[in-house]
Amino acid sequence: MRDATPAPAPRTGAGASSLFPYLLLAPALFVVGAFFVLPLGFSVVGAFEGNEGPTLDNLGRAFGLYRTDLLFTLLIVAASTALIGLGAIAIGGYLTLGRNAKARRILAAMYRWPLFIPFIVAAQAMRGFIGQNGLMNNTLIWIGLMPPEWAQSFLDWRGIVITFVWKQLPFATLLVAGAMAALDRAGIEAAQNLGASRMRILLGIVIPQVARNIMVALVLSFVTMMSVLSVPLMISGQSPTMLTVAMAWRINALGDYGTANALGLVACIASGLVAWAWLRQSAREAAR
Amino acid sequence: MMARANVAWWLPRAILLAAFAFFVFGPLVNLVLWSVAEAWFWPNRLPSQYGFRFWERVFRPEGQAMESLWLSIWIASLTTLLCLGVSIPAAWALAKARLRWRALILLVFLLPQAFPNLPVYINVARIFFTFDLNGTVMGVVLVHAAHGLVYSIWIATAAFAAIDDDLELAARNIGASGFTAFRTVTLPLAAPGIAASAIFVFLESLDEFTATYFVGAPEVRTLPLLLFSAAAGGNMQIAAITALILLVPSVLFMLLVERFLRAEVLARVGR
Repeated sequence: MRDATPAPAPRTGAGASSLFPYLLLAPALFVVGAFFVLPLGFSVVGAFEGNEGPTLDNLGRAFGLYRTDLLFTLLIVAASTALIGLGAIAIGGYLTLGRNAKARRILAAMYRWPLFIPFIVAAQAMRGFIGQNGLMNNTLIWIGLMPPEWAQSFLDWRGIVITFVWKQLPFATLLVAGAMAALDRAGIEAAQNLGASRMRILLGIVIPQVARNIMVALVLSFVTMMSVLSVPLMISGQSPTMLTVAMAWRINALGDYGTANALGLVACIASGLVAWAWLRQSAREAAR
Repeated sequence: MMARANVAWWLPRAILLAAFAFFVFGPLVNLVLWSVAEAWFWPNRLPSQYGFRFWERVFRPEGQAMESLWLSIWIASLTTLLCLGVSIPAAWALAKARLRWRALILLVFLLPQAFPNLPVYINVARIFFTFDLNGTVMGVVLVHAAHGLVYSIWIATAAFAAIDDDLELAARNIGASGFTAFRTVTLPLAAPGIAASAIFVFLESLDEFTATYFVGAPEVRTLPLLLFSAAAGGNMQIAAITALILLVPSVLFMLLVERFLRAEVLARVGR
């Protein structure tokens, strides 16, 4: 039937010119262009804007005042990304290679709960959980795993990392475990038959094949965490803090758009470098 | 002997799973406890007095929380409508028409996920200031929509792409116009995927904090903003209840998402 069709019918509307699909795209492109791309451009330009023409003062002030905050932000986000990567591989690996079906089912049902929970809800939930007299310390003392005098507050950089991992781990795991589940089982089974340990199979066979998916999950997590304001604001008020808090402070308290935009540019460059590293990596893989 | 080997085999797994469950659910249990705690002071490990007094206060019809809840739902609905309105034609074009810069166009919609958003919101607020859009529902909807488009465009494109071209062609062959074929054949077939994308957009808008904080506050007080000010004011109970209200749709969607998104649509997202 298909072969009998003499020529492919026009794919666009009847008699429409080739402009038609672009017309259909225009409104969507307008929304993302006007309310994201354009302000992003303003942010870059604004970083170099001074009272008397273009200047580097803003960037100078941003680095001068917020060097520690920048370092702090990068360390927190990098640590969170690393933990998320390890967690996603561990959970995904167990879901793929675990021998006990019941344990796999319990784990699969459990890990994804925070998937769509907003950051601000995660922050509020964590705030009471990991404080000095929070539910976590209280439970550990109650079970007898920890003497009461060990109880300490995690409401500082560690709390931010814990909240980020709690919230982003399900997302990364979903992508990584999904990719692992889609792998051809033949290679894994062959290795199992040859007596390879599950650790060897995970490191030697599974991870290399899903490396790209792991990178995508981690890059997206990194960028997302770079621009979260509510978590550092609610978990840790002390200095040093994350760049997002510094930006909000420059705007709300001082009305200083120049420095805020310079900080924004720095955050964008940090994210851009990570994304670039990923693109280069995947280009190298594609060339192989 | 057998039983002991069994325990040695089960125990490490059980402990690890329990520790993981503690990590995942502990914070959520904490929220629930706070929402029904009428008194919880140190050194009590658990609340000393339980009750629904704060729930009543939140759900009083004239209370601020209900107002914020309806406003949040209204904004999320408008955002979803706007996103679907511009995405359905765009996604159809991306899936079915021959486009020169297709990959590039798909990438443009990903940008809001690929760059730190806060600097963008600051400048949106600055632009909106000139157009008197700051502190308006309209302004908040537009910013939420720019962010939600990646879901509606990418998922709807995948949903349209998963439909066999022959079906629409068959309708055209028996005399349906292009639009009729789209309306009666293609659109209904893509509807589950589009519905899933609509839920993504709705949730994204419902949960959004940072953009509303810069563009909407203080006039537009959505539920996340109310949660933030309750938390900043030290009102743990109101903050916990607001957080739970925001939590319910997120958890429901997490449990249902695989039913909405068929594997053959998921596999095409971003292609």
